[in-house]
Amino acid sequence: MAEFIAYLIAGIATGSIYALAAIGFTLVWQTSQTINFAQGEFVMLPAALILLAVKLFGLPLWAGGLLGIAVFLLIFGAGFKLVVVDPMIKHGVLPLAIATMALSIVMKESAKDGFSAEAQSFPSLVPTDMINLLGISISLQHLAIIVVAFAAIGLLQWFVGGTRLGRQMQATAQNPTVARILGIPVERMVLLTFLLNAALAVVASLLISPIYLAKFSNGETIGLFAFIAAIVGGFNQVRGALVGGVLIGVADSLAAAYISTQYRLAVPLVLLVAIILIKPEGLMGRKEERRV
Amino acid sequence: MSAPAVQNSAAPRRAASRIDAALIGLVLGAVLLWFAPVGMGRYGTYVLSLWLVMSIGVMGLNLTLGYAGQTSLAQAAFMGLGAYTTAILTTKYGVNWYAAFALSGLLTFGVGLLLGFPALRVRTHYLAFVTLAFSTLIWLVLRNEQWLTGGVFGISNINRPNFFGIKLFGALEFHRFVVVVTLILSLKLWWLVRSPWGRAFTALRENPVRAASLGIDTRTYTLLAFAIGSAYGGFAGALYAPLVEFIDPSPFSLSQSLFLLLMVVAGGAGYLFGPFVGALLGVVLPEWLRFAGSLYLIIFATIVLALLVICPQGVSGLIERGWHALRRKTGGAR
Repeated sequence: MAEFIAYLIAGIATGSIYALAAIGFTLVWQTSQTINFAQGEFVMLPAALILLAVKLFGLPLWAGGLLGIAVFLLIFGAGFKLVVVDPMIKHGVLPLAIATMALSIVMKESAKDGFSAEAQSFPSLVPTDMINLLGISISLQHLAIIVVAFAAIGLLQWFVGGTRLGRQMQATAQNPTVARILGIPVERMVLLTFLLNAALAVVASLLISPIYLAKFSNGETIGLFAFIAAIVGGFNQVRGALVGGVLIGVADSLAAAYISTQYRLAVPLVLLVAIILIKPEGLMGRKEERRV
Repeated sequence: MSAPAVQNSAAPRRAASRIDAALIGLVLGAVLLWFAPVGMGRYGTYVLSLWLVMSIGVMGLNLTLGYAGQTSLAQAAFMGLGAYTTAILTTKYGVNWYAAFALSGLLTFGVGLLLGFPALRVRTHYLAFVTLAFSTLIWLVLRNEQWLTGGVFGISNINRPNFFGIKLFGALEFHRFVVVVTLILSLKLWWLVRSPWGRAFTALRENPVRAASLGIDTRTYTLLAFAIGSAYGGFAGALYAPLVEFIDPSPFSLSQSLFLLLMVVAGGAGYLFGPFVGALLGVVLPEWLRFAGSLYLIIFATIVLALLVICPQGVSGLIERGWHALRRKTGGAR
């Protein structure tokens, strides 16, 4: 039992990181109706940029962190929207989705050649100790991940639902034309969404890199799991992304422990196929009204 | 729009002549490629053959994506299925290559139907998700089922087929064999695209709602396009295995499927010659960019990205646009 709960907590921890990336999927989906196949690389890159800034300029970690995050937000939040999404959105959704695949290769290979082909250790913000709680040993890192990720998601929910700016953003996502008529600066709201997506990726990167190390190929797994999480939960719902992420994380962790380490990847995939056959809009999703 | 009567009479004739030009282009290209490796050496010939084999795989995906408008993220997995089927049948069971080739195509066609049926029944969009899952599962099986696939060590000593008693062991002989098979497969596709089936595919791509209103059973045609496209992946794999003579799971991973998708788009989705251009960019360009070392992937992806931003129709679309511009210019001068 104690073992089971430990696996469960580890699963929820990685799952909440998938949820952060999956929310990014849904944000980009809502504002541009496209799938960002580079989402996993978005999570991989901030850690690499931070370490690069520290290495290149000899900065202290906090300064390198700020610089790396700023550069990332600028290029992959604002730049991504202005350079890739804006010119392409008029050609339809498919070319844009494929452009993001090309972008993911550029990001991954650039990280490999420009940063390092080897996995680099990334400093943990919390102690890596284990604590003992009623006979169950729990990693502090996992607890911290869960707390920070849920706090970030809660903050996002509050921002979107509880503030004026957030509600304008939501209105833009749901119907840009009406939002424009109502006098909402649609362009600025879309830009804000992309910045939020990049910011969530930064948070996920800071949380996961101390455990998985900063490595150019991290994006593949994270992107795949986040993608599955987003579909399972419902592509058009922030809530769905959270449920999907945690579900996938737990399924993966338990599958690795109790079924087979070789086929652990298969369990979320089977879950994915089963869910889209039974409930295509995802567990928490609502049916799309808009034509895709 | 301004002169519908004139355009209506001219359009079918122009379309017909363009299709004939495509046929001539295919045959001429095959003749050229038959003699191309002379003086190129073993490795150059191998790269040329590899280009054609990849073109077949990209061709299949082009049918799915370019003509039927569906995203498949499993073309490399279908290639893997074909390659492993052929390799296992020929090395372990001594099956004739031609039979293995046919079976590879049949198997991938069947799997395509099996995957596409529920995915397209649910919603067209979900084919991408199902193929993504399938691609990863195939990769897992290839890696983990050592008794069948050799695991990470792969399968070696894959024999090259005979051609009416002529052994095709040499790079040049096998290249010519690949040229013939590629020609046959691309002629088949050329016929398919021109046939009523192909027109239905195109109608589907241009406007699914209108196609449905014209009485085209969209679901069946989309499913068929996907299954035939998958079978081309299987055929490509069946040729790939004897070409490289050793296979392991790495060239059939999900990222390779994405790479094939990029080749379709870079070459021009929905153009007959698009796959050849795309595979040229994806297979041969790295050889030219050898001086750049591992940077070639960045260069390739950046080219695709720039191409997509400037011209989403890919290289073929760019050429067509340039050709029309040129025609307009000379026409104006006259």
